[in-house]
Amino acid sequence: MLYKLNVNGLTRDVNSNDPEQPLLYVLRNNLDLTGAKFGCGLGQCGACSVLIDDEATRSCQITVAQAVGKKIVTLEGIGSLDKPHAVQSAFIKEQAAQCGYCANGMVVSVVALLKKHTKPSLDDIKQALSANLCRCGTHDRILRAAMRASGQVMP
Amino acid sequence: MILDKSPNSSHGSYTLDRRSFLQSGVALIVGFSIKDSKAQQRSTPDLQPGKTLKIDEVDAFLALQPDGSATVYCGKVDLGTGLRIAIPQMVAEELGLQLSAITLIEGDTALTPDQGPTAGSSGIMRGGVQIRQAAATAREALIGLAAQHWNIPREGLVCNEGHVVNKSTNARLSFATLLQGKRFTLKVDEKAPLKNPKDYALVGKPLPRPDIAAKVSGLHPYMHDVKIKDMLHARVIRPKSISGKITSIDEKSIAFLTDVQIVKINDFLAVVSPDEWSVIRAARHLKVEWSQKPSLPGHQGVKSWMVQAEKSGMEVLVQKGESAKALEQSSNPISATYYWPLQSHASMGPSCGIADVRTDGATIWSASQATHRLRGVCARILGFQPEQVRVIYRDGSGCYGTNGHDDVCADAALISKAIGRPVRVQWSREDELGWDPKGPPQLLTMRGALDEKGHLDGWETDMWLPKATASLPNIPLLGPEAAGIPQQQGISTGLISQNAHPPYAHTNLTVKVNWLKESPLRPSNIRAPGKIANSFAVESFVDELAAHYQRDPLSIRLQGLTDTRGVAVCKKVAELMQWKTRPSPVKQGNKGRGFSYVHYKFNETYVAIGMEVEVDRQSYMVKVNKIYCAHDCGLMINPDATRQQVEGNILQTLSRTLFEETQFDQYKVTSTDWQTYPLLTFPDVPELVIALLDQPHLPPLGAGEAACAAVPAALANAIFDACGARLREVPFTPDRLKAALLKA
Repeated sequence: MLYKLNVNGLTRDVNSNDPEQPLLYVLRNNLDLTGAKFGCGLGQCGACSVLIDDEATRSCQITVAQAVGKKIVTLEGIGSLDKPHAVQSAFIKEQAAQCGYCANGMVVSVVALLKKHTKPSLDDIKQALSANLCRCGTHDRILRAAMRASGQVMP
Repeated sequence: MILDKSPNSSHGSYTLDRRSFLQSGVALIVGFSIKDSKAQQRSTPDLQPGKTLKIDEVDAFLALQPDGSATVYCGKVDLGTGLRIAIPQMVAEELGLQLSAITLIEGDTALTPDQGPTAGSSGIMRGGVQIRQAAATAREALIGLAAQHWNIPREGLVCNEGHVVNKSTNARLSFATLLQGKRFTLKVDEKAPLKNPKDYALVGKPLPRPDIAAKVSGLHPYMHDVKIKDMLHARVIRPKSISGKITSIDEKSIAFLTDVQIVKINDFLAVVSPDEWSVIRAARHLKVEWSQKPSLPGHQGVKSWMVQAEKSGMEVLVQKGESAKALEQSSNPISATYYWPLQSHASMGPSCGIADVRTDGATIWSASQATHRLRGVCARILGFQPEQVRVIYRDGSGCYGTNGHDDVCADAALISKAIGRPVRVQWSREDELGWDPKGPPQLLTMRGALDEKGHLDGWETDMWLPKATASLPNIPLLGPEAAGIPQQQGISTGLISQNAHPPYAHTNLTVKVNWLKESPLRPSNIRAPGKIANSFAVESFVDELAAHYQRDPLSIRLQGLTDTRGVAVCKKVAELMQWKTRPSPVKQGNKGRGFSYVHYKFNETYVAIGMEVEVDRQSYMVKVNKIYCAHDCGLMINPDATRQQVEGNILQTLSRTLFEETQFDQYKVTSTDWQTYPLLTFPDVPELVIALLDQPHLPPLGAGEAACAAVPAALANAIFDACGARLREVPFTPDRLKAALLKA
């Protein structure tokens, strides 16, 4: 069955033989947008996050059918290597990735946070990222990057 | 349809009808378009095919192209650890190249020499140092060629930005001109002089890593993102108990999935499809009956199991003086037992691998920390010579040791061989936490005493540890095991018996290990193997002794420490945290401070850690407010990448100490998601104060593991200081703190 999705500002036709197929696999396999990562498929880690109508959303927990009519923005649509988003620039400046597998979810979640709160406190950022897991222990740099992206320094 | 490749299949001797599978596949995959360009373009081009891989040859590591660019071939890989910037820094510095001229090839078995697994914090210390020596050899050779060309003595010639330069005339000859398209054909000269650190222009600079921008832009080519032409997706279905065998398969249970094929090789079971979501559904819905038998002690039974389990012997690792006599004669010796549980590598991305097995050889795409070892493993599984197998490295999710990366590649290889198509296997979260090889359990009992001056006056360590099998080529992998393919049996753990006594004990010291023949779940090396648990026990017990004899815990360490670099890191942390000399516990407002020191493996990096914590007596939760660390790993190639490793070591080990234990019943692992195997989260993250002691004139040591080892005891000691509760078992759960508080 054909679904029309609005992804990164473009209307994309995707085929799925199951309306319950999570958006994650459609993005990665049908649209070759591999920024969103498979981490758990359970909505517990945040690696697969995308922006849906400006909210950080776990693409393993929303189906392709549910995604129709929504504004989907993936990490690739947030900024590019040539024109990085302020949050991406801050992550690069702080070198806020080791293996980087969780980085997608971190960037997406910080972008979503800053859309709501332009000057979040450190605790606000910790709370906003509280369900995003990182195994390498890059947390401190990610917090610094989020502070930097909002024009603040670490307290 | 089940494709049964078992030798004595009840489905009869099934010969693979590839055409029928392909036809059914094609018929059923309407809408499936084969991805071409991107993945293919991302594959490593054959940069210098046929070049030597001999580890004593300069050409194994280096190729200088006529256009002035250079390719560096590194047998070790960047596991998210910064090797990708550090190795080019070392080469560019030594050879006189611009950093931007260098392309680094990592781990590709067809292109890089086998420098051993990227393990044991050896990436720079051994891997980088080997390549640096090759670069120094190359530099000397180029200067020799230039001297010959100009017919002048070699003194006064230097290498700079890809040229040999005559310092007195400023005459220049490019490397390409000198080499005339030839290779070096030169042995690595172990005596080739290294650049004087005072002249370093690149080494020691905190240069940004080349992969971060792509990693935060969704463009970094991870293993999980690789797509190969004609590739099929597969999921492996594991038994319901670790030793389960298939008793029946109900094919009809997935009849609704028309594009899925079942592959069975004895007890190895997989589902395959052109569509990833179809195989995920198939893996969920396929009804399989497995034999089950209880074979495990359960995670709560491991401690007593370790004492009773079959031993392969007792070994005395250290014996100085007469510890038993000293303890007998000392006043009031004490004893304590510490336990470290089984833990998962807990990679954020479950393991993923791709295999393309053909009749004459195989290509494997892998995120393994040991691609060269994996090549041999895959060759054995597939019945090939190692030369017929190529393993291409792609970054995975951080692995911190041998996680499921090798297993998943064996899975993919078995399936690809069975169906004759390239196959991508992606493990699930449950697969990764349930089936990755685990960090082994460790049990240690310490006895000790101080003399009247506060010196350690007798120390004994008794350990119970699973014994690694000597000369085991690799851990037995799950796929071949289930498929009935013979593998050398045994266990692997990493070097887990080191750092088992304090560096402050100089006389009357005994360290013994009771070697266990087995481990409850298949073990492997996990970051800083064994040293974390051993240092936890040793440095906690030093603190217990200090408290027992009413001594300041930092002072008794310093008075026994003779290594000046060790003294320096301890004093640095004391200075940073403004340590006040006093016995523990202080118990001021439920706040406490703890200290710990490690000289990693007793011959590598020096680390001291101080910790400030707060204990909540209602919830029995521990809040870590601030962590101080002083770190001396000799020459730092890239101080920012070093700092990042230290940060990671600290926070990851904080997670392992506070939260992590692989739980299992008598049949299998039960902690298979992030709720049952929780990790440190952002609200738990303390402030970090890290001092990297710069030692540009000393050899570079590892930074990927050492700091881990000092974390748990610093935490335990801080908790004791805060409330008098001594935690001797990991993880430090509220239940354990509550129990310890009752005893305090």
